[in-house]
Amino acid sequence: MIADKVLNKLQQVGYKTLSRFSRVGRASLFLWQVLLSLPYVIQRPRLLVRQLYYVGVQTLLIILVAGLFVGMVLALQAYIVLVDFGAEESISLMVSLSILRELGPVFTGLLFAGRAGSALTAEIGLMKSTEQLSGMEMMAVNPMKYIIAPRFLAGVIAVPLLTSIFMAIAILGGYFVATEMLGIYEGVFWSQMQNNVDFYDDVINGMIKSLVFGFVVVWIAVFEGHDCMPTSEGLGQATTRTVVHGSLAVLGLDFILTALMFNV
Amino acid sequence: MNTRNIEILVGAFVVLAIIAMVMLSLKVSNLASYGGDDDGYEIQAQFENIGGLKERSPVSAGGVRVGKVSAITYNNKQFTAVVTLQIEGKYQFPVDTSASILTAGLLGEQYVGLSPGGDEENLVAGGEIDITQSALVLEQVIGQFLYSKAQEE
Amino acid sequence: MIFDNIDMDIERGKVTAIMGPSGSGKTTLLKLIGGQLKPDSGSVIVDGENVHQLSQSALYDLRRRTMGMLFQSGALLTDLSVYDNVAFPLREHTTLPEEAIHHLILLKLEAVGLRGARHLMPAELSGGMARRVALARAIALDPQMIMFDEPFTGQDPISMGVLVKLIHDMNQALGMTAVVVSHDVNETASISDYIYVISDGKVVQSGSPDALKHSDSAWVKQFLDGDADGPVPFHYAAEPLIDDLMGGIKSVRS
Repeated sequence: MIADKVLNKLQQVGYKTLSRFSRVGRASLFLWQVLLSLPYVIQRPRLLVRQLYYVGVQTLLIILVAGLFVGMVLALQAYIVLVDFGAEESISLMVSLSILRELGPVFTGLLFAGRAGSALTAEIGLMKSTEQLSGMEMMAVNPMKYIIAPRFLAGVIAVPLLTSIFMAIAILGGYFVATEMLGIYEGVFWSQMQNNVDFYDDVINGMIKSLVFGFVVVWIAVFEGHDCMPTSEGLGQATTRTVVHGSLAVLGLDFILTALMFNV
Repeated sequence: MNTRNIEILVGAFVVLAIIAMVMLSLKVSNLASYGGDDDGYEIQAQFENIGGLKERSPVSAGGVRVGKVSAITYNNKQFTAVVTLQIEGKYQFPVDTSASILTAGLLGEQYVGLSPGGDEENLVAGGEIDITQSALVLEQVIGQFLYSKAQEE
Repeated sequence: MIFDNIDMDIERGKVTAIMGPSGSGKTTLLKLIGGQLKPDSGSVIVDGENVHQLSQSALYDLRRRTMGMLFQSGALLTDLSVYDNVAFPLREHTTLPEEAIHHLILLKLEAVGLRGARHLMPAELSGGMARRVALARAIALDPQMIMFDEPFTGQDPISMGVLVKLIHDMNQALGMTAVVVSHDVNETASISDYIYVISDGKVVQSGSPDALKHSDSAWVKQFLDGDADGPVPFHYAAEPLIDDLMGGIKSVRS
């Protein structure tokens, strides 16, 4: 009896492992097809602009609000720590470096996965379950080119743009708190920052991170939508997976990229 | 939502992002100072000990920032640290200028301070500062203090 | 296995119906014809070409030239208006000027009686109207053959009548080949020239509607007449009722 159960369990584990592998395989193949379809999008900028609206403009508000508050909170926290050492003038340094190197790309990646990623998965999944994708195939229009590729490219473009907006607004939020509430001199705030923040090491590295996060999150989102079971249950699961896997991917990749970039 | 409005909004979004990037590169980081690289000139100084000095640490004279540390290497023959200072082109210093490694505040960052001498001739690109004073290393200072105290008794 | 040794001929210019109970794989058959699914073995020949041996671009070319398909849900693109939906294949596949496309769209919409609904969005259409728009879109490129996937399912009698008329007219007036997959016996029989009845992956019977009506297969009779009990039993296979009732509820729980 027990042997049976163990055997059964083993079988399940084996089956799950295999299906994971096949998912990864399908996802890679899918990505390859998407990349091959990108030239089509270049010829039709209208499709791209429309998708930029959905994934970019519609995510902007949450990015602005989140960025502003993250920057303001950071300034307060930095002040509490630094004032004990009489180093509260370094507040701008602490705010800007944490935003540029970590919080900007990571927060934007997570928010994007939650807001735009889930919407992408749900939209594509719904198109699949309402046979719009099949219908398009039968009209001899490749949905990979017409539906998937523009969304993918729009996402990959939008995330770095959103990240830079997040960074800027967060630093402005920190600036507001530091100068208006904590009495740091404006000139000190900016000059401390400029003297210590390096364009290539900090700003560019942060943007590279956001590019990687955007790529991976959008890849997961469009793949989950395209691969989902065309039922309401399958759609829900796929949307959840996009948010969970997307967020985990952002956090995991962030660790790897940080280790690579800042040679710790 | 018609196509035209979407195009306008997306355009505004992209412009906003570009403004943010410009702010990040010019206002937040030091990209502006990279532009001055060509105008500047490099001089070298050798120190026994540079303490916590890093590349990109500021170089100042009389409290005014005049350049930055562009490279730090180690001279394995004379066993000294070789610090390359990049000085902005509009500043000139006499050849007998001295350089010391100082700390801003008790726990602040370290920087190179230049004290101009009185020579008529100015330092040129590739020149070297002969008179240097190493960083103050807290452990050594305390060690010396204890040693001299012990000798007095 | 879904199909076992199925052999069908679909004649040019005729209405061929494929009938069978739900779950007998009729839609799968259409997807095989359209090249959206690949069979493990066997072949589908459309207009002289083996659908499953074509390269992707050749397959798309074949679809564009010869096939239109009407999905059960209509499969209209939800973010485009009725007008733009019908325009979609024309804009994608032709280089016609927008004015010519405009005329074509109006003609196609007129054919399905929805010229006045061109500014509506798919969400504002009833199920029957959505199918008619989808039909207008499917005939936009004048394909040689249109496949109808369950065109009558879930329609009120009037919409059903409209669709029956439309399929009939398309076939008669334009000479389009039609493949109708359905389990609505009367509507389908009224327009088709030839019917295949499939069940359990096999062709049970085929012939003209009249021939099928006089079929001596009990199964076909039950299917066409819609009897509740017959070769297909009313009850799902189960132990005798009396045993089940006396057996207590533990058997359900376990």
